[in-house]
Amino acid sequence: MKKTSIGDRVFDVANYTFMVILTIVTLYPFLNVLAISLNDSIDTVKGGITIFPRKFTLNNYVQIFQTDTLLSSTLMSVLRTVVGTITGIISTGMVAYVISREDFFAKKFVTAVFVFTMYVSGGLIPEYMLIRNLHLTENFLVYILPGLISVFNVIVLRSFIDALPFELQESAKLDGANDLVIFIKIIFPLCMPAVATLSLFIAVGQWNSWFDTYLYAGSKKWLSTLQFELQKILLSAQSSGQQDIYGSSDMVSQKRVSPESLRMAMTIVATLPILFVYPFVQKYFIKGLTLGGVKA
Amino acid sequence: MQNNIVVNKVNSGNKKSFREYNCLKVLKKQKYLIFMSLPFVIWLFIFKYIPLWGWTMAFQKYMPGRSFFEQEWVGFEYFIKMFQDSTFYLVLRNTIAMSLLSLIFGFTLPIVLAILINEIQANKFKRVVQTISYLPHFVSWVIVASLFSKMLSIDDGLVNNVLLSLGLIDKPIAFMGEPKLFWGIITFADVWKEIGWNSIIFLAAIAGISPDLYESAMVDGASRLRRIWHITLPGILPTVMVILIMTMGNLINIGFEKQYLMRTSLVRDYSDVLDLYILDYGISAGRWAFGTAAGIFKSVVSIILLFSANTISKKTMGVKIV
Repeated sequence: MKKTSIGDRVFDVANYTFMVILTIVTLYPFLNVLAISLNDSIDTVKGGITIFPRKFTLNNYVQIFQTDTLLSSTLMSVLRTVVGTITGIISTGMVAYVISREDFFAKKFVTAVFVFTMYVSGGLIPEYMLIRNLHLTENFLVYILPGLISVFNVIVLRSFIDALPFELQESAKLDGANDLVIFIKIIFPLCMPAVATLSLFIAVGQWNSWFDTYLYAGSKKWLSTLQFELQKILLSAQSSGQQDIYGSSDMVSQKRVSPESLRMAMTIVATLPILFVYPFVQKYFIKGLTLGGVKA
Repeated sequence: MQNNIVVNKVNSGNKKSFREYNCLKVLKKQKYLIFMSLPFVIWLFIFKYIPLWGWTMAFQKYMPGRSFFEQEWVGFEYFIKMFQDSTFYLVLRNTIAMSLLSLIFGFTLPIVLAILINEIQANKFKRVVQTISYLPHFVSWVIVASLFSKMLSIDDGLVNNVLLSLGLIDKPIAFMGEPKLFWGIITFADVWKEIGWNSIIFLAAIAGISPDLYESAMVDGASRLRRIWHITLPGILPTVMVILIMTMGNLINIGFEKQYLMRTSLVRDYSDVLDLYILDYGISAGRWAFGTAAGIFKSVVSIILLFSANTISKKTMGVKIV
């Protein structure tokens, strides 16, 4: 094994160099933005901040959280993530369990109606009209209901349930447990790796979404989310040309803090929760993804 | 996904369960299963099937507030209008260009990365590289757009700073305002965000290759590159083909988030894709019927692509994806 030729060593050096560059290219934007968000706003305008703040301050963060908008939109982001993930994973679990039951008389029908929607969807405008007709606009439920279940997640979870021994369910049934009890007490706990992965996907999706706010709840302040606020600042910076220091936003006027610094601080606030969560569930999601991939 | 074939057979199946004498018995015995699925079937009907019914809008002079029967039917008028609109061809060109670019780079580079990660011997370094490479997948396009507009900024942006200090340019380039650069920037951002994540599936395929093959190749004195070429690549070829076909089936569904968030008024001729056209014409301008017609066009193309990809897959590898 330990016979390394010159060619192999050249390959190794090139490969490791490439990996280091890749890591830098991936991380540098985050670190740069972090440094700017922790740097004095007026000093930042002089330029030249890389990955360390030059004049350290927490003022940018203090400023963004002093506005009501940002605090309430952060809470709304957290709320929709928590509610959306819990309702989403339970609904996904129930459908996945039902269609995993070979003896269920409507199994084929339920499977078919769900899978069909993976390939054909009504599209942007019919969905928009539907939400309007259901009076879900400017309503918290618009964050939860339309995207309650992803059929792809149902299929991943069903493959996981299919791999569990059916005898477990049969013996529980002999002990007098009904299907709902079997699902709650046996199936759901046994599916934890898949449930953890899918919950992460759902939570990230909820945390990251902004388009539904833009389309259905943009005018209501209390429904605004962190991503939506960030999106608004980003677009106002872009439309006011490249000189985003002169950009204006109701949030930033008379604060002696440049919109750019505020935007950087908001970017970090919106990124942090993800940074804390995903490495810990990493071993699960790799398993979950490969399982889904193998079955697909 | 073998159950997908079921779609055509729904009506002919289940005869046994519906026999009169045990119908009620079955319903009673499976009441919990019904209770657990019925609400979601109703949900599905409302949120996924009613919008399909909304396709009828495209054939009407649709007025919100009027009932279905009061609408005026206009046949294919809006489709004809759409095919006569020069903006439509512009957004179609942009959609095709950006999806082809993402097929070329967004599909091949993760394979290269997976192979290279697999060649790292130091396990700890390997894990760190992998963990970092997944990070951008989990952040939103809003954040990516924010990061990129900073990196590409004309005012103290990293890329301009590097190019200036290398003496490659004399004055900063306004990257985000340069129409010709937009496709490239979008493709780069897409690869930057998804390369690590998309490599997972190929890494899993590589892990499935028997180590014996590598050992005997090493005994025969095959070099690193030869081992990659003759063992790794053929080993992951089936996975590569499946993913390629699935990607091709989704070619037109490139979304609009990244284009929406990274476009500036200067680059609109290159940034606007079909979905943005639908959004701008349909919702912002209130031309509901026209926007729906464009949406139907997109859905139909997407279904055709998917079934062609499926047929190719069936013919060449005997694998069905639909």
